[in-house]
This record gives sequence, C-alpha cells and structure tokens, in this order.
Amino acid sequence: MKPSTRKRLTAYCFLLPNLIGFLVFTLIPVVAALGLSFMRWDSYNPTQFVGLQNFRIMLRDSSFRISFWNTIYFTCATVPLTVIVSLVLALALDKGLKGLSVFRAIHFFPHIASTVAVAVVWQFLYNADMGPINMFLKTMGVTDPPRWTASVTWAMPAVIIMGVWKSAGYYMIMFLAGLQGIPNHLYEAATIDGANGWHRFRYVTLPLLTPTLFFVIIMNLIYSFKVFDQIYIMTQGGPGRATSVLVYYIYVQAFVNQNFGYASAMAFVLFLILLVITIVQFRLQEKWVQFVN
Amino acid sequence: MFEPHRFGNDRVSLTSYARSPKAVTAKGLLYVLLIASSITMLLPFLWMISASLKTNLDVFEFPIQWVPKNPQWSNYVEIWHKIDFARYYFNTIKLTVIITLAQLLTCSLAAYAFAKIDFPERNALFVGYIATMIVPFQVLMIPQFIILRNLGLVNTHLALILLQSFSPFGVFLLRQFYLNVPNELLEAARIDGLSEFGIYRTIMLPLSRPALATLTILTFVFVWNDFLGPLIYLHSPKLRTIQLGIRMFISQYSADYALIMAASVCSLVPVVIIFLAAQKYFVEGISFSGLKG
Repeated sequence: MKPSTRKRLTAYCFLLPNLIGFLVFTLIPVVAALGLSFMRWDSYNPTQFVGLQNFRIMLRDSSFRISFWNTIYFTCATVPLTVIVSLVLALALDKGLKGLSVFRAIHFFPHIASTVAVAVVWQFLYNADMGPINMFLKTMGVTDPPRWTASVTWAMPAVIIMGVWKSAGYYMIMFLAGLQGIPNHLYEAATIDGANGWHRFRYVTLPLLTPTLFFVIIMNLIYSFKVFDQIYIMTQGGPGRATSVLVYYIYVQAFVNQNFGYASAMAFVLFLILLVITIVQFRLQEKWVQFVN
Repeated sequence: MFEPHRFGNDRVSLTSYARSPKAVTAKGLLYVLLIASSITMLLPFLWMISASLKTNLDVFEFPIQWVPKNPQWSNYVEIWHKIDFARYYFNTIKLTVIITLAQLLTCSLAAYAFAKIDFPERNALFVGYIATMIVPFQVLMIPQFIILRNLGLVNTHLALILLQSFSPFGVFLLRQFYLNVPNELLEAARIDGLSEFGIYRTIMLPLSRPALATLTILTFVFVWNDFLGPLIYLHSPKLRTIQLGIRMFISQYSADYALIMAASVCSLVPVVIIFLAAQKYFVEGISFSGLKG
C-alpha cells in the first residue's frame, strides 16, 4: 500500500465514528431542512411537493407575523440592554477590585443554571397578586403595578428582564477577557497626555474593545432570535399571542400540529434571517471594528 | 491559545490614579454597584431556597421571611414521593454521562485527524463541519426528528444520545488545541515506531487534558439543562429527564409552590457542584468561544 493511501486510511479510521454521526444527524438534516420547506408534510397525508406554497401561507398567517414581530421586539430590547449591563459590570470589575473571582462567579451562575428552574422561580416572582416583585412595588407606593406575565403589555418585558438577568454575566466575562487584552501602556500614555477617565474610556478602551463588542452583539442577536425555553415555561406564548416568538411557533407547528413542511419553511426563514444578520454585521465590521496590529 | 486569561487582580492599576481621594470614592461606588448587582443575581436563588422550605401558605408571605421560622425539610422528602423524581434524576445522569463520554471519544479522535494527519479531503471536510455550526438547532430539529422517527427511535434515550454525541463544536474546540502541540513531538514518536493511535493515546490525550475538561463541562451542563431535546423526543413518563420532570410537576401540582421550588433546587445542585469545582474551565470555554469570531 502506498504511504499516502495508508495515511488516508488512518485519517478516516480516526474520523469515522464522528463523521457518520455528523453526516446522518447534521449534514443530511441541513439539506433536508431546505427540501422540506417546499413540501406539504403533515404525517397523515402523503408527502407532496408544493413549491413556494408554504412561504405564501406564511405571508398570510397572522400568527407567523405576530411571532416574527415579537421576536424582533424581544431582540431589539434584549441586545442593547444586555450589552450595556454586561459592559458596565465588566468595566467595574476590571478596576482591580478585591473579590473579583467571587463577583465573577456570582454573576456567571445564572447563565449555567437551567432555564427551566430559573424561569419557574421568576414566574413566581412575577406573580401579579402575590409575587414579591409586585408586593415590593406596592410598598414603594405603586398602587397599580404591572401584571407581568398575565398582561398582554407586560409579558414581553417580563421575559426580557429575566433574559438579561440570566445572560449578563456570560457576556460580562467575554468583555472582561477583551479588557484584559488592552495593553496597560496605552492607558498610561493617555494619562500622560492629560486624558481623564471618560477620555480614556472613549478613546482607548472603547475602540480597542470593538472586536469583543462585535462578537458579543452577534452572539446575543443569534441567541435572541432562538429564544424558546423561557417562553415555553413562563408564558406558553401568551397571554393570547403576546409572547409567541418564532421558535415557539415553529415548535408548535411542528411538534404539536405536526405541520412539518410548514414548520421547516419557517425554520428556514429563521436561518436566512440569522445568516443575513451575520453577513451584514461582518460587512459593517470593517467600518467600526478596530484591530490592534 | 489555551493560556488561561488573567483577570483583574494581578493587573497593575494606574498608579497615578489609585490613591487620590477621588479615586477612593470612585472605588467605593464601584463596590456599591457590584454588590447591588450581585444581590440582584442571587436573590431569585435565595428566594427559591427559602420558598422551598416553607408551607404553601407562607411562600408568598410579605414582607419576605428569608429564613423560615419553621423550615419544612419534609418538602424535600415529599417531592421524591409525589413524582418519580429519582427516576428523572437517574435518566438525566445516564444521558449526561453517556453523551459526555461519547462526545469526548468521537470528537477527540476526529480532531486528531483534522489537526495532525495530512489527507486530501481534510480542508474540505473541516469547512463542512464549521459551516454547519452556524445552522441553529431549530432548523435541524425537524429533519432530525423525521430521521429518528423512521429509525423507530422516537421516545427512546438513544435518540438524544445519537443526536448529541457528535458535536461539530467539540471537534472544532479540540482541534484548535491539538494544533498547538508541536509536530516535532509527534514526529519523534513516529520514528520510535509508535502508531498514530498510539500517539493519540499516549501523547495527545494526556497533553490535551485542559481542553478535554472544558469540553466535558460544557457538554455536561448542556445535556443536564437541555429542555427542547427531551421535550421533543421523550414522551413516556419513565423516560423523562429532570427538566421535563419539573415542567410536568408544575402542570400537575400547580399550587404546590413550595414543592415546585424544592424540586427546582434539587435540579440545580449538580450544576452548582460542577460550577464550584471547575469554574476556571467555564471561563476558558467562554474565552475560547470568544476566539471563534
């Protein structure tokens, strides 16, 4: 056997266990997801090619439209809030205070705690009549506090607040890693040049943090578009359709109503949205992200 | 690349700035901010623990009695009787252990081929792996479900094991680490007559312990907390995982607030233990995923 053939054979022996699983459960589904979008498949009737019909239905489906805008609402509130909160926390922690590892651990913990357990406890905290949040608001003089997850207006903010609370610590650690990468001598040089704290932040920290900022925004956007667990536990998309987001609606269409074709088409739209966001971000990146060296 | 990031404590703060009275006030304010936000992060968990030790009537008592006068330890006994909590626990441990081990095995083997064996299709295949990483699970879940249904595996643990044992992310993470192991080392071993598998087992695996630890922890927490996967595949009560169990518990005993909290606390315990024991690997995992961008 030629040495190159031998090498190839060895390589595939190493790859095989993973590669089979990858082909069957990742690569084929990726391709099939696209194909299914053009099918009607409800698991009772025979599968049928329907062209663009699923996409046409989508345009007329008010639940899809509502879920789409709810997802946008969730994302547009979650991303800026999370970025600001986690950046402020990281900046505070980066000042060489004592107890850093304890602060870091405390802020990080909500991220790895299961969404189910956390959503359950928040659901209790949000309870409109007896929950501690509203009891507290009442003692502060708010006579008519929001009904949170029981209210069409406040259910979404309730889910958003919980989401920011849960993930802020995770992004804080990313920002901390980014801040650690900024060389000290740049701050010293800026101080010598007479820069005050704000100037140092504006002209040294912020520009050099843009690669991390870029990454955090992308990750957070993708996460927000895929939100599911907390919606399922806390509101089930309700009240009414007030918190029905895309993934929740896709789940319901696929695994409750068994409309696999239609659900696939929506999942494909979700993927396209994520793809476009990522590509646009990478294009814009050249305009505002600065790299040292 | 895996050099752990160093955080604040050992970083020299700006000497010209550190000792002035203004700086001392600023530091005080930072502590106030961080302590306030730490309390916000912890309160829901403390409330959860406190509520789990109360009677249902007292759970929503206000002002909150953080340390119950008459702790109901029996709540923690009762949950194991009311639902088949022991089985849910066992199922979750089983899935977590099997999937984590399978991932370590398949991913470390494949990563070795991608990092250290030269074969013609290497780059093309690796690009395929990376490309699928951006496709969200929500897009794959419907075709995956149909494939597993055709294999007759819906409503079995094997379905989740097959889906989660071949993570492209795991291959990527380990490959990046392997790339840093000098080729000369492997070359020397080859001259000594060691087979590729021998090199993988006696050199690569021991050297990559930190990366394996990171993957172990990320996988463990992911599988333990996974909700959507079990929700789709596990229908029989005897197959349920702990996250599903809590969800079912809520719908069956929706007014048993204290018991729901006790069950939630129980579901968090293993993650807390792992977190406290291996915090640094979580941080490394995040810093690493930050490098993906």
